Order: sequence, then structure tokens, then C-alpha cells
Amino acid sequence: MSRPTRTTEESIARVLPELDYSKIALSLVVMLFFAFFVSPIWTGLVTAFKTTGAVTATTPFVPVLPGTEGFTLAKWTRAIGYLSTGFVNSLAMTIPATIVSVFLGSTAAYGLTLVDWNERLQFGILILFIAGIFIPYQAVLVPLSDFWINLVPLVDILAPVWQLPFLEPDHARLLSLTITHVVYGIPLCMLLFRSYYLTLSDELVEAAKIDGATISRIYRRIILPLSKPMIGVVFIYQFTAIWNEFLFSLTLIGSSSSPAATVTLVLSGMGVDLSGIDFGFRMAGAFVAAMPTLIIYVLFAEQFARGLAEGNT
Amino acid sequence: MAGSQDTATGSRTIGGGETDWRTRVETFSKSDFVRSFPYWFVPFSLVGMGVYGGIGWNTVISLTDYEGFDRPDYTNLDFSMYAQALSDPWVYLTAKNTLVLLIAFTTITLVLGLLLSILLDRGIRYKEKIQTIYLLPMALSFVVTAQFWLWMYNVNNGLVNAVVGVFGLGPFNWIGNPDLVLGAVIFALIWQYSGYAMVVFLAGLQAIPDDQFEAAHIDGAGVFKTYWRVIIPQLKSSSVSAAVVLMVFALKAFTFLYAMFGQYRVPKATDILATLMVREAFMLQHWAYAAAIGTILLVMALAVVAPYLWYQYGQGSL
Repeated sequence: MSRPTRTTEESIARVLPELDYSKIALSLVVMLFFAFFVSPIWTGLVTAFKTTGAVTATTPFVPVLPGTEGFTLAKWTRAIGYLSTGFVNSLAMTIPATIVSVFLGSTAAYGLTLVDWNERLQFGILILFIAGIFIPYQAVLVPLSDFWINLVPLVDILAPVWQLPFLEPDHARLLSLTITHVVYGIPLCMLLFRSYYLTLSDELVEAAKIDGATISRIYRRIILPLSKPMIGVVFIYQFTAIWNEFLFSLTLIGSSSSPAATVTLVLSGMGVDLSGIDFGFRMAGAFVAAMPTLIIYVLFAEQFARGLAEGNT
Repeated sequence: MAGSQDTATGSRTIGGGETDWRTRVETFSKSDFVRSFPYWFVPFSLVGMGVYGGIGWNTVISLTDYEGFDRPDYTNLDFSMYAQALSDPWVYLTAKNTLVLLIAFTTITLVLGLLLSILLDRGIRYKEKIQTIYLLPMALSFVVTAQFWLWMYNVNNGLVNAVVGVFGLGPFNWIGNPDLVLGAVIFALIWQYSGYAMVVFLAGLQAIPDDQFEAAHIDGAGVFKTYWRVIIPQLKSSSVSAAVVLMVFALKAFTFLYAMFGQYRVPKATDILATLMVREAFMLQHWAYAAAIGTILLVMALAVVAPYLWYQYGQGSL
């Protein structure tokens, strides 16, 4: 930031007589919020390494060190075993759904913003896309489930496919879920690419046209390579969104014990038994389920923030 | 364009009405509209079917008496499901809870997000790192964060009770007490979303030229006055878009509640229209009734979104 901090500090200094005190107060507030945002995650992390006895016997946010009493990795191995199928299902669903929705979002933004064919009509279609971002899914859940169960039952239509090794008829629902995520993911992807394409110069496309390039050539040779930074942003955002999604998983797959259940669905049914909640197990499960999004976030936090900030204009 | 002109002059030398028709088709087929058609029409038809086809179909289903495991019967359409919803006290209860959640969650998240963005904009050290930490909850699934908060709110060993215990309060049964549970859920959702509001406000703050700080400074305005009088009014557009996103989220918030309580039936004090709709449909198979509640939710969301899009259109920022 290029803001002249000196002048603003001077003005703080006028409000509070001593400059240093205000700086200390500022840091304290920053630290306080740091604790506020981190403590649920931190507490969950240290709890995942505790034995059931230590969970109740120790202070929640104080870690138990390896080698000392009350430390265990058993919760993790159990959680990994419990969630592994859901983890694989989620990967198999999220990666293709992300790639296709990002691609279609980019082509839609290209056809609607960089090519001028009818400004009013293009704007109307754009509004329909944008409104699609804000639709509560509750307003389409009933027909959606009727559609996949009765109208297009992939389990019957693709019957021979489910005979293949490693596949089961339940996986038809995972495919339905993948397609559903593509469809409902397109509007936001379109919006993100659009905001990026609007910053590109109009002359870019015009000049290429005068040189005789076709619409598809301009897309492949000019726009797609130029989109690289935005593809990263949209991909990260969309991957996180689809991986974390739950409502479609619950309603289209149905049961957390289904062989096609996604990781969020399995996690939601984890530790639901009469013996009370095994918090260590649950916390380990939460981290296993969140692992891909956490890794992506640690590596690409900046892109994620950009996707969030630009996804709402 | 150059190509189509060539064809046009080429065919004129031959002449005749039929060729004229042919050149027009040829020109049309080379027009930007046709050439760009596959690019936008494929995604548009998918979204059209999924979103708008879905909404239309849902509305029709809401007019039937569709229940149980059969297919819907479209012969007898009426508004009986809406009449039933409007006379159902549970709908009013959930609507009230939805409204409380929406207002409390949106207001506090916005204020907190604004505060955090100003805090980070004060030229503090490690700004990027701190922003990353504040935004971290947004990268997690509600199913994941619900597990964390279930543990945080635990009566006997939870961290929240340990913290309020320092002040000599509690322990409280945050989840089990009907008076506290909605507040506890709202608090957790604020925790998850205030980083988002912060990022939106930070983007707005960065668009404000620095010399306004200097100008206010020369006029003798202090920091607080500068923000209150000069800077915050210019964040109107950021506030509006963040508020819309937060309100729409509050309307459809389902996952956190389901995951926290592990079932369709959430405590009465936290039951909102979104959870009622999913429960009526997927637990009780009252499809038509659920579709009607879905339509009511849609209308509520549109009441938020339509003025927003109109406002954005008026601002020329669409």
C-alpha cells in the first residue's frame, strides 16, 4: 500500500497523545482477532491428537505433546480409514466438475463480453447468468431430485458402465452430482471471467479481426492464453466451493453410508452413535475432509481472496 | 468481416435473386453472432435449464399435491400448498428465525468486516499474512466448521465456556438451551463470514485515492472523523454488495445447521425456512409442500437481489 502512513500516524498522534500507545493498541486488537479466528481451528487440531480421556481431562486448546500421556495418532488413522472412500469420491467429482464449469464460464464470458453481436440481448443474457448466482438452491431441489431419479436415471441409462471394476450402481448418483455442480457453478465462473475480460482492451479483439482471425481463433490464440491468471483464480475458488458443498450431495446421494457419498456427506454422519460424541475422532475427521482445501488455501490464499472479492459485483 | 465482404462482391457479379439469398445466409453464417454462438449458448442453455427450468418446474410442482414416492400428478393445479403454508404456525416460526438470523448475522458481519478492513488498512506489519488468517474460515466447509463449533460450545469441556468462565460466568449449555442456541449459531457464522466482508471492504478501500486522507488531515480531521465522514461513505457500493451476498446466504443457510445437529430436524429455536424446506422434502417426502416453501424462499431472495441488480445497473457497474 502506498498510503502515506506518516500523515495518518500524525493524525492518530493528535487523537492519542503518544504515538507508541496507539501502535500497541492496534497490535493488541490485531492479535485479539487473530486468536478469535484461529482458536476454533487450533482447538480442533490439538484435540485430534488427544486420547478420549485426555480430551476431557485437559484444557481444550493446550496441545498434548508426542510421547507424553494422552497423546495418540489413533483418531487420525481411524478418521482416514473412515473417510477414504468419500475422499476419493469427492476428488472424482470435484476435479472434472471444476474443470468443465471453469471452461464453460470462460467461453460464456467471452461470447457475451468480448464479441459484440447484440448489446441489448447480450446484456439480458448476462443478467440471467448473474441472477443465477443468487438463487437459493432450495427453489430447485425438488425438481432436481425428480429429474435425476425419474427423468434421467443415469443408473439405468448407463447400466453397462456400472459393471466395470471399482464401479457400483450408486456411482451413477456421483455422476449426477458432478453434472449438477457444473451447471450451477457456471454463473459465478462466468462473472469472474467477465470482470477480467472487461479489463482487457476492446482493440485487442478488433485488431485481431481486422487481421482476419475468426472468433474461435481469437479465443484459442489470444483470449485463452491471456486468461491464465484468472483461470487460476476461478479454478481455486470453484474447487473449494464444490469440494465444500453439502446440500446437493445430501439430496442427490442421500445417505452418508452410500458407496458414492462425498467426503462432506460422510463427515456429517461421522460419530453419530449413542455412545456420545468422540470429539478427537470428529476433529481428526474434519481435518482430513478439509485437507485439500487447506492445502490450496495455504498455497493460493491470494487468488482465493481475489475470487471472493470479485465474485460479487 | 473482410471475408464476408469478399463473398458479397463476388456473388454480385453473378447476380440474380437466388444467389442474393445465398450470400445473405453465407454472410450470416460468418457473422459474429453465429461464430460466437457455441461459446455462450452451451453454458447458457445449461444454466437456463438448471436454474430457470428448475424454478419453473418447481413452481408447477408447488401447485400439485405431490407426496411420497410416486411421480407428480399435474392434472389438478391449485394454490393449496401455499394456503397450507400460510396457515402453518411452524412456517411463521421459521420465517421469524430466518429474519432474526438474516438481520443479526448480516449487520454484525458487515460491521466487523468493516472494522477489520480498516484495521488492516492502517499500514500494520504482516498485513497479507494477517489477512490470510482472518479469511481462513471461509476456505472451510460448513460441515467442517460445524464440528469445530460443536466442540467449542461443549458444556463441560468446550473452549467457549472456559473463556466465559474466566469472567466468572457460565458454564452455559450453548447448544442445548433454546434461548442461546440461535445466538451461538449466528456467532459461529459471523466467525466464518467476517473475513469475507473484510476482503470486500479492503478492495473498496484500495480504490479510494490516498490524497483524501491528506486533504482531511489538512482540514484538521482526526483519524476517526476521517473514516466516519470521508472514507466510510465511499464504501457504500462495497457495503451493498457484501450485504446482498450475506443476506442471500442467511436465507439459504442449511449446511451448518444440519451438520451441527447431524439431522434434518434441528432445534426449534434454530429452525429456519431453508432447513424446513429440505426436511419437508427429503425426510417427509412432502414434495409439493417443500416446493412451495422453496418458492417462498426464492421470492425472499429476489426481494433482496432484484433491487440490488437494479441499483448496480443504475450505477453503471453491471
